[in-house]
Amino acid sequence: MIISKKTKEQIAFAIFRILGIITLGVLIWILGFICFNGISVMSWDFIFSYPEEGMTSGGIFPAIVGTLYLVLGSIIIAFPLGVMSAIYTVEYAKNNWVTKLIRIMTNNLASIPSIVFGLFGMTLFVNTLAFGDSIIAGSLTLSLLILPVVIRTTEEALKAVPNTYRTGSMALGANKIQTIKRIILPTAFPNIITGLVLSIGRVSGETAPILFTVVAYFLPKLPSSIFDQVMALPYHLYVLATSGTDIEKSRPVAYGTALVLIIIVLLMNTVAGVIKNQFQKNKK
Amino acid sequence: MNKVLEKFVESLLKMSSAVTGITVLLIIIFLFKEGLGLFKSSTVEKGYTLVVNTQNPVNRLTSVEIKEIFDSEIENWKDVGGSNDDIRIFRFDEIFTMYSDEELGDGYSLLPQKLGEIIQSDSTIIAFLPLKYVPKNMSGIKELKTDIISISDFFLGTTWLPTATPSALFGILPLIVGTLLVSFIAIIIAIPFGVGVAIYLSEIASEKVRKVMKPAIELLAGIPSVVYGFFGLVVVAPIVQKVGGLTLGETAFTGSLILAIMALPTIITISEDALRNTPKAMRDASYALGANRWQTIYKVVIPYASSGISAAIILGIGRAIGETMAVLMVTGNAAVMPHSLFESVRTIPATIAAELGEAPGGGTHYQSLFLLGCVLFLITLIISIISEKISGRKIIKE
Repeated sequence: MIISKKTKEQIAFAIFRILGIITLGVLIWILGFICFNGISVMSWDFIFSYPEEGMTSGGIFPAIVGTLYLVLGSIIIAFPLGVMSAIYTVEYAKNNWVTKLIRIMTNNLASIPSIVFGLFGMTLFVNTLAFGDSIIAGSLTLSLLILPVVIRTTEEALKAVPNTYRTGSMALGANKIQTIKRIILPTAFPNIITGLVLSIGRVSGETAPILFTVVAYFLPKLPSSIFDQVMALPYHLYVLATSGTDIEKSRPVAYGTALVLIIIVLLMNTVAGVIKNQFQKNKK
Repeated sequence: MNKVLEKFVESLLKMSSAVTGITVLLIIIFLFKEGLGLFKSSTVEKGYTLVVNTQNPVNRLTSVEIKEIFDSEIENWKDVGGSNDDIRIFRFDEIFTMYSDEELGDGYSLLPQKLGEIIQSDSTIIAFLPLKYVPKNMSGIKELKTDIISISDFFLGTTWLPTATPSALFGILPLIVGTLLVSFIAIIIAIPFGVGVAIYLSEIASEKVRKVMKPAIELLAGIPSVVYGFFGLVVVAPIVQKVGGLTLGETAFTGSLILAIMALPTIITISEDALRNTPKAMRDASYALGANRWQTIYKVVIPYASSGISAAIILGIGRAIGETMAVLMVTGNAAVMPHSLFESVRTIPATIAAELGEAPGGGTHYQSLFLLGCVLFLITLIISIISEKISGRKIIKE
């Protein structure tokens, strides 16, 4: 039997459509499952109170605060560094072996598994620099992880600024720094922020790099300095799911923690999307 | 003044861009510095030694032999090159059942003496003792020589028992096999979906569908791995257990399923970029020859994008190999050589995450975990270089 090329096309397209639907279905399944099970424990109390009875009830406040500190700490380190690095490679560096080497290194940094960052953070920040298990050690480790993300998005944002802007500014007598400060950075700003927002989502969910650099199983009070340990949402979920005092009884708290993590990621992705859309509209 | 400021800013920017390069170098230096010490260490636990009677012809035991002797798998000295006698194992603690505290003297001052007497009196004994209680200058006893951990023990050893006493075993082959098994099966599952969805998005889907699918895939990439692990643990593992009729749902296959989902966004985004980069002129030429859309896709677009698609798949493998938390949570973590997909396995990253917390700093176990980190680092480095090489190459058949 000869199948006409029209039928072949219909069959092929149907298969691709089904693959697309399955992929979307898996996402909806995961999100739906977590939301459906997590929504019942979700309340202000859950977010703003401490764990109770061996973490089988009560809230996750210290873990939320800990994750917040880690996000802040790593952003403060990685964001300026990444943006400056990108400005150098796009605006200053000539296309020579130095630029090439930096690009290769950035790519490699992005491909290193997160657990390797954890090992590195442990030897350098925790042991060699003697920070101990602390917010500062954890933030430094996490900042290395998001550095390539910040660099790459900033580079793309800077490259998207039309060259006429640069020559126009120069023609008016501005020097390079003035051009970058007054023209290029304001134009590229929304896209740079997208990278920042996405890396917030990334940092809040990472577990492996903080395992040996900052995180604690349970702390009765909030940290008072950057040399204290903290609890963190992803590690909290890991502990509750695998080795809590009573795994069955702590399941609801685990679902709730997973839901909070998902909400953070969802929120960050939405914010990034909105900024990007706004930017594209303004450009038109 | 302005000139000075400008120079200053430029060098500041230059320095910050050097940070990534320095970081990669530091990672290599620190990981190897901590890890390579393993190859200078003895397999026997630090501060302990093995002692035998001088009449015993055996002078040296390998770590595997020591393990098998103390597990009672080797019970006769002739199996390890000695005389035909049954081996008598003497563990240090036994001394306290033979003598009371008073008999051992003040601060155990007579302990070495008593230990020495026991070893002197029995030519078939092998004693595992703390170094500080080994009797000094006593005739009739000798310390056994043990191996230094070798590179081949590490890479080709088939047993991972880093905390076993008296002799730990650091064979990482089961971990490497476990990692590769889980990752490759994951990629085989992910390829049809990843490439299929990429083709669908770039060639077939309407703008409306794309507007829904693209953010969905970004979200799939954004979900933390620990959430995937949790989902795998409470949903996928029980399903695998039920469908496969297994006693435990935490298997290599469960890990592969979760990793396949996690590798999808990488494969989809990079393949889609490659597909979209096909020049319009090539598509138009194909249409002009009378080809319909599907023919154009598989005769023109896919071949043109094939290098990009392969790079995407290889990057997906890299993602899967380095993934830690999700795999740690769903594969069951048995550090043994896997015989089938439906057994529990343990990957390299999962081993590091699970064991580093309990490994005493600077010890052989700690060093071996850092060395595992080096191995993991090198594997992912090679993968990222290969994928860069492939995607840089544009294949245009004439």
